[in-house]
Amino acid sequence: MSSVLYDAQGPRAKRRNVVLTVVFLVAVAALLWWVFGTLKDKGQLEWALWEPFFHTEAWSTYIWPGLQNTLKAAALAVIIAMPLGAVLGIARLSDHAWVRVPAAVVVEFFRSIPVLVLMIFGLALFAEYTNVSSDDRPLYAVVTGLVLYNASVLAEIVRAGILALPKGQSEAAMAIGLRKGQLMRLILLPQAVTAMLPAIVSQLVVIVKDTALGGAVLTYSELLSAANTMSGYYGANVIASFTVVALIFIALNFALTSFASWLERRLRRAKKSTGAVVAANDAQIAGTTGTGGGGTI
Amino acid sequence: MFDFLEDYDLLGAFWTTVQLAVLSAVGSLIWGTLLAAMRVGPVPLMRGFGTAYVNIVRNIPLTVIILFTSLGLNQTLGVSLGANDVETINFRLAVLGLILYTSSFVCEALRSGINTVPVGQAEAARAIGLNFNQVLGLVVLPQAFRSSVVPLANVLIALIKNTTVAAAIGVAEAAVLMKEMIENEAQLLLISAIIAFGFVILTLPTGLFLGWVGKKVAVKR
Repeated sequence: MSSVLYDAQGPRAKRRNVVLTVVFLVAVAALLWWVFGTLKDKGQLEWALWEPFFHTEAWSTYIWPGLQNTLKAAALAVIIAMPLGAVLGIARLSDHAWVRVPAAVVVEFFRSIPVLVLMIFGLALFAEYTNVSSDDRPLYAVVTGLVLYNASVLAEIVRAGILALPKGQSEAAMAIGLRKGQLMRLILLPQAVTAMLPAIVSQLVVIVKDTALGGAVLTYSELLSAANTMSGYYGANVIASFTVVALIFIALNFALTSFASWLERRLRRAKKSTGAVVAANDAQIAGTTGTGGGGTI
Repeated sequence: MFDFLEDYDLLGAFWTTVQLAVLSAVGSLIWGTLLAAMRVGPVPLMRGFGTAYVNIVRNIPLTVIILFTSLGLNQTLGVSLGANDVETINFRLAVLGLILYTSSFVCEALRSGINTVPVGQAEAARAIGLNFNQVLGLVVLPQAFRSSVVPLANVLIALIKNTTVAAAIGVAEAAVLMKEMIENEAQLLLISAIIAFGFVILTLPTGLFLGWVGKKVAVKR
């Protein structure tokens, strides 16, 4: 048995497991019975409400444009946040307190604020101080919020990635006479980038999920707001629309999560590397061992 | 400069945020522990259910879940969680949504704690003749909980921040108040700073304190 918790089972334990399985099955069946009963009572199982999703119209008019906007906001956010995060993360490791401390303050500040608050701030900021048209403002606001928040999260990932490298790497580099800039640029960063890939990919999941806030609160027309529009258009098929949209989110994020853990396993196996990996959820852990804040689910 | 604050219930809004966070934290700790127990337990069906639940729920945006509790559960299926007025219903729905979502992360945090206990600990415990309950209660779980403190603290902090998502169904918490104040007053930077400061006060000490506790109780290996 690989489990820490229990031994290989004898006849008594096996019998108990069968009983537990049956009890659990009955409980789940009762729950499903109730759910489908209620759905049927409220007429949500009518074929007419689900049918639109088997035609291309719903996909080409609502879902695909919504998904495109979701991906667009997420991609823009990552592309802008990555370099910012790298700069902040490296700055936090600086030898000079006047670089290190302000970077730490910025990172901890933006990490402790909800991304929605940053988005609302962004929306008002663009409305008041710029002439971005009101159609574009939600996108700008969503991306601004995501960038401010995720740059500081990525900064922590970069920092964790660099700290995860064995000390011998920087000692060897210093021994052959590299300067601090060269050490970072030639030795630490290239290895850290590979080490933190899994963490970055799983942060992508968080970013994709957070774009939905833009749809619900800032009128950004992404995938979730597509569900709302559809349930208005196809005759109040709330359950059907939300199910479809949720399934798309699950598929997308599950693919990303699996990719991240595949990367992680691969990196841990790799013989050529130092074996340093920032695990998919290590970045969050690095958060509290640092100075507080943190938490990126 | 701060005069306009008298017209708004700033403390009330943050009190709602705290209530959302505390109720959801307790709820998701309970449900998350049950899920973790299922995921590490010996019954294959429960293990499958726990794994499926966690993998499905944590890949759905919280916003979708919370909006669904209102539009789907309440308005379409008529679930009102024993409340009569809209405000209470939405508050309870938001707590329900937060619990359903957060518990999948609590489960993962606890499981990671259990995984840090070396197999040798349980083997040694069995070798000296302890039975299953003793192995679990005296040897494995005490160590598992101690190394779960830090990951659980991270989940709690994320939960505090996630309470703002309840704004999507109009629960009058801090983010809703922020939106309202920004619309009515020409004090964007000041208002944002105040709300941001409120969240820093809620999250930073929590993180620092629990991080300290986590370090103190962690099993050194």
